[in-house]
Amino acid sequence: MIVEQISIFLENRAGRLADVTRTLAEAGINIRALSLADTTDFGILRLIVTDHEKAKQALKENGFTVGRTNVVAAEVEDRPGGLHAILTMLSENGINVEYMYAFVQQSGQNAVLIFRFDRTEEAVETLQKNGVRIIPGDELYNI
Amino acid sequence: MVFDVQKETLPRDELEALQLKRLKYLLQKIYHNVPFYKQKFKELGLGPENLKSLSDLRQMPFTEKQDLRNNYPFGMFAVPRESVVRVHASSGTTGKATVVGYTQRDVETWAGLMARSFEAAGATRTDIIHNSYGYGLFTGGLGAHYGAEALGATILPVSGGATKRQVMLMRDFGSTVLCCTPSYSLHLYETALASGISISDLKLRVGIFGAEPWTEEMRQDIQNKLELKALDIYGLSEIMGPGVGMECIAAQDGLHIWEDHFLPEIIDPDSGEPLPVGEKGELVITTLTKEAQPLLRYRTRDITRINPVPCRCGRTHYRIERITGRSDDMLIIRGVNVFPSQIESILLETEGLSPHYQLVIDREGGMDTLEVRVEVHENMFSDEIRHLQRLEKKISGHIKEFLGVTAKTTMVEPQGIARSEGKAQRIIDRRKK
Repeated sequence: MIVEQISIFLENRAGRLADVTRTLAEAGINIRALSLADTTDFGILRLIVTDHEKAKQALKENGFTVGRTNVVAAEVEDRPGGLHAILTMLSENGINVEYMYAFVQQSGQNAVLIFRFDRTEEAVETLQKNGVRIIPGDELYNI
Repeated sequence: MVFDVQKETLPRDELEALQLKRLKYLLQKIYHNVPFYKQKFKELGLGPENLKSLSDLRQMPFTEKQDLRNNYPFGMFAVPRESVVRVHASSGTTGKATVVGYTQRDVETWAGLMARSFEAAGATRTDIIHNSYGYGLFTGGLGAHYGAEALGATILPVSGGATKRQVMLMRDFGSTVLCCTPSYSLHLYETALASGISISDLKLRVGIFGAEPWTEEMRQDIQNKLELKALDIYGLSEIMGPGVGMECIAAQDGLHIWEDHFLPEIIDPDSGEPLPVGEKGELVITTLTKEAQPLLRYRTRDITRINPVPCRCGRTHYRIERITGRSDDMLIIRGVNVFPSQIESILLETEGLSPHYQLVIDREGGMDTLEVRVEVHENMFSDEIRHLQRLEKKISGHIKEFLGVTAKTTMVEPQGIARSEGKAQRIIDRRKK
């Protein structure tokens, strides 16, 4: 049920993001989803890729600080109120969202939400109980 | 004006005779009262009786900052602790501060020498002295304070911070003498302009600037902007505090070391050998009259040279030229002494931090800034921004708490700190330009 996300520490310098994408391109890794959080001094790039082990290896070899986090991917209908319904059920169960980002699947009618929770297992249980489909990691990497 | 005409204008031979007399007494005193010195003398196979003339001083042992730390807190006292009426201390991580004690007479001597320094700057009892040196364990604030009172002037114990209010007080009270670090004087100037206060609204006549290195260009800049005479003062807490040496307003060309109380030498910092008068090297000072904590041949690590040319002001005490550098890696940031090793130990004590850091010192709007760059490694990395920001805050907080200096902490990528020949370049000081 868990999706592996890699995160990369980046200084706010021109060309740093391109250095990451070049490294991944050269290693033959495809990016499934990404989100960039930034402050005045630094940023954290969060990525879901086709092969996180290989990506992590390649990035580390190129001198990046790379972390790994478990996130949850939930499928939601691509219509008004879709995200709201999910956030409501989470808040009713007292589950905090540390951060989240989303992307729309090319093929279907659905969007994918990537969540980082403070209590991952409870969150997954709540979502499933309410009929939300959780996308397994292997499925997501190979979309 | 000369505050103590008799002592300040002694002919050199009489001055040196006085120094020798006081030095002999000092050696007896530290040998018998400070175990550290007795041990040192024994190691060298020497005793106080081996000093027959001032030139014998060169055989005597040095005292280093580390010796003071090793004898923390009161091990260097030459008097019983209850005879000490005041203690000052320099910044340091826990257990590593440099402590200095003063007897009642030491406090009075210090006030007298500081008053002498004020007079050398042309100040009199009619002046209003605005003192922005920090009050507290740092010697700057209280040192200047007691000196101004001994002189009989009006002292404003403003201390540091709240710069806008300082400028208003200076205008409203009609301050004539300013005591602060040279960089803070420029910050006061910028703040005055920003607050709509013109320099012509101020009555400042002379500035007594110390506690950090500055250049002749900076002096000219300060003089032009603040429309006052900018003079250099020298002191260090280990020896006494401000007022070890002072530039006279008559010549404005180097600082008279008050030689009836302090015996200066210049040595080669590498070999420890004394250098001929006039050559540049490390300043070494022996305290001649300190009671609570006399120091023999204290290595100041300040680089300067002695100018033996008689001064037009009539004082016979030799002058040193402005301090041009350090023989160690000590940094002076907003008047606070900071060793890179202190920051390193703070980083190492903060869990998970890498030993790779870099200090960037700059000057913005006349004020020194310190940025601590720390490399982010996997064991401290988190994909949550707030985690890293909390870490940055924690480091800055520890630096403020232990070293008393405000620092901005920035996380950088590994290897983001330039390494030359495998060795990281730890210090980037942009103020020197």
